[in-house]
Amino acid sequence: MIPEIGQFALALALALAVAQAFLPLAGAALGKPAWVATARPIAIGQFLFVLLAWVALATSFVNNDFSVANVATHSNLRLPVHYRFAASWGSHEGSMLLWVLMLSGWTAAVALLSRHLPERIAARVIGIMGLMSIGFLLFILITSNPFERLLPPALDGRDLNPLLQDPGMVIHPPMLYMGYVGFCVAFAFAIAALIEGRLDSAWARWSRPWTTAAWCFLTLGIALGSWWAYYELGWGGWWFWDPVENASFMPWIVGTALMHSLAVTEKRGAFRSWTVLLAILAFSLSLLGTFLVRSGVLTSVHAFATDPKRGVFILGFLAVVVGGSLALFAWRAHKVGLGGHFSGVSRESFLLANNVLLTVAMGSVLLGTLYPLVLDTLNAGKISVGPPYFDAVFFPIMAPAVFLMAVGPLAAWKKAELPGLWVRLRWALVVALVCGIAIPLLRGKWSPVAAFGLFLAFWVFAATVVQVHGRLKAAPQPTLLGRLRANSASWYGMTLAHLGVGVFIVGVAMVKTFETEKDIRMAPGETVVLAGYEFKFTGTREMPGPNYAALQGIFEVRKEGGTEVIRRMYPEKRVYHASGQTMTEADINATITGDLYVSMGEAVENGAWGVRVYHKPFVDWIWGGCLIMALGGFLAMADRRYRLATRRQASVPAGAVTAGD
Amino acid sequence: MKPRTKRAVAIVGGLAALGVAAALVLNAFQSNLVFFFTPTQVAKNEVPNDRLFRMGGLVEPGSVVRQKDALTVNFKITDGAQSIPVVYTGILPDLFKEGKGVVAQGKVHGDGIFKASEVLAKHDENYMPPEAAEALKQAGHPMAKENFTGQGPDGAKAR
Repeated sequence: MIPEIGQFALALALALAVAQAFLPLAGAALGKPAWVATARPIAIGQFLFVLLAWVALATSFVNNDFSVANVATHSNLRLPVHYRFAASWGSHEGSMLLWVLMLSGWTAAVALLSRHLPERIAARVIGIMGLMSIGFLLFILITSNPFERLLPPALDGRDLNPLLQDPGMVIHPPMLYMGYVGFCVAFAFAIAALIEGRLDSAWARWSRPWTTAAWCFLTLGIALGSWWAYYELGWGGWWFWDPVENASFMPWIVGTALMHSLAVTEKRGAFRSWTVLLAILAFSLSLLGTFLVRSGVLTSVHAFATDPKRGVFILGFLAVVVGGSLALFAWRAHKVGLGGHFSGVSRESFLLANNVLLTVAMGSVLLGTLYPLVLDTLNAGKISVGPPYFDAVFFPIMAPAVFLMAVGPLAAWKKAELPGLWVRLRWALVVALVCGIAIPLLRGKWSPVAAFGLFLAFWVFAATVVQVHGRLKAAPQPTLLGRLRANSASWYGMTLAHLGVGVFIVGVAMVKTFETEKDIRMAPGETVVLAGYEFKFTGTREMPGPNYAALQGIFEVRKEGGTEVIRRMYPEKRVYHASGQTMTEADINATITGDLYVSMGEAVENGAWGVRVYHKPFVDWIWGGCLIMALGGFLAMADRRYRLATRRQASVPAGAVTAGD
Repeated sequence: MKPRTKRAVAIVGGLAALGVAAALVLNAFQSNLVFFFTPTQVAKNEVPNDRLFRMGGLVEPGSVVRQKDALTVNFKITDGAQSIPVVYTGILPDLFKEGKGVVAQGKVHGDGIFKASEVLAKHDENYMPPEAAEALKQAGHPMAKENFTGQGPDGAKAR
């Protein structure tokens, strides 16, 4: 019964999505206020029905309803209840339902939080998001029904992939999809502006918090995925330039460019057409990512060709969305205008450089991701583009972007003076150079990569100090507290996010250069020394889990030459009952200056094991940096000016807003 | 600066950035593309010398031999028609099993042994790495069909 309710709710949601797309858009075009007014209630109704469908699916999973094919293939009686719940988005069908849930959730959020928007614009935004909902609901109902029954019902399910039975994996997909799908809001705003033929500072101010919100969730989602790969895959890598990772990373890069371009559009009225184009591009890349991950092309283009229904649907949808919005752009962009002028050295020009570099970086990732697929489709041979390509291309493109990122916030809008910037930043440059050279030397290993990375990171830190100091000094208030308060939340958010980039770079540079590892055979009682730590393998013990049997290795860690055990580590080998699959669980001792990482390979003989020991200096700064970036984004969203009633400000002509940030 | 000069600077700057990026990309592409070969192609010596490549197929049942004191493993990768001896030192992934699909990256040395620097098994037991499936298909191996349905692990893909 419950699955049928879910299915029915989905069908009703589709009907509502059709109404949500048609009535507000037509009402706005024909000037019928009654139709326009339906936008918000229908959007909320659509969300409630999708939510109902999703609750029905989650209930089926939690109740072990193996008469539902999706449950039977992705869950198991012995699977703990929280993983049964998470398994509801562990399958293709379930994850598409999560996609639609996120989409309708964002739409409902727009409906509820857009009271200050002119009715017609809000209606158009909601209507365009309705069009997207139609596409994805149709996709689920036609090709990927999560409620399909299995006759006769299975006695037990096939189990969730053990790799996914992990707390990080429980929250990773919802976060990632929140971000992915969130760019739909910015996209809908951009399309609404094109239809409206009007794009001004007020428009940019409405879009900004939504774009930033999506970007923050995407940042967290990608960071969680990377962290999960680090501890779960058992070989200590944190980013593999895998097509699935790239699929989420490309919208992130363009989303970053979009956030900055929106800042210029809001503050200076410039970059208008470009902003609209980026908004279209960001969402298109989200759709492309969905296509890559969901159609099966990555598994094999030939497998895709044998069951093309899903892939062709998404590809067609992608073509319609991208083609339609670009056609609309070509037709209407001149109405939107290019925006104000600025000098060759100005904050605008720094942000322009940032945008160009980010877009080029995205293009290089796109090429490396799609090229093997294209060759394969043409039967021109099978190749793979490995991490060396991406490392060789991505980092050199991003390095100047990071360098300029530190300067940009110090430059004045419209026209900045290079000599002034030089005077303000020369000490920051000295500090960065000294740190970049000294730290690798102090760690006893010279490496140009580490030196350059640390130089960039400290350049960001030092320039931020200069910037904060200058801002506080310039504020007219007499007390420090008053001066702190004089700056806006969005400025603090930006500063924090930029510091996050610096923290991230420290992590990457340190771990790339100074990590040490040993793959070694260890018999009980044997010791291995790594990075000043002594690891003693004392043996193994059995450890039953809820749905697996684990063998735990016991390691005592001492300082080299010391006698006191500072830490015991217990990496595991698990065998899952339902699938019989073996999983390696590494044990990680994480500290702010680095991780100790132990994982077990295979048993060799006489109780000896193949053991992998790593020391990863500063590796947690990578995810710490991402977390700081996301916090900065959330802080920026909290800025008062986004919450003020915008009707008053909407009457201010574009370009008239010239506040300092 | 005059608007015209400014526009010229912007265009030149943009083109320069694109040019640099294109140069980086092409350079990196040339040196970092990893080609894929089947065991049959390797046996026929169609592979490049001194260059990393990937080889995929099944781990031949009964071929896995571990050396006693070290982490060195010898095994054979087969596509049904030919099998190639492989040597690897290090810890093998969880999913490495006799009779299952595998992809190895490395070079062939003078003695005809494939020295793997990396063994990839990012798949679960009902999924075949695409390269391995391709090798089996080309050699007409019967396992190619049953594993060729595109039923990938949604798990791994969900990343």
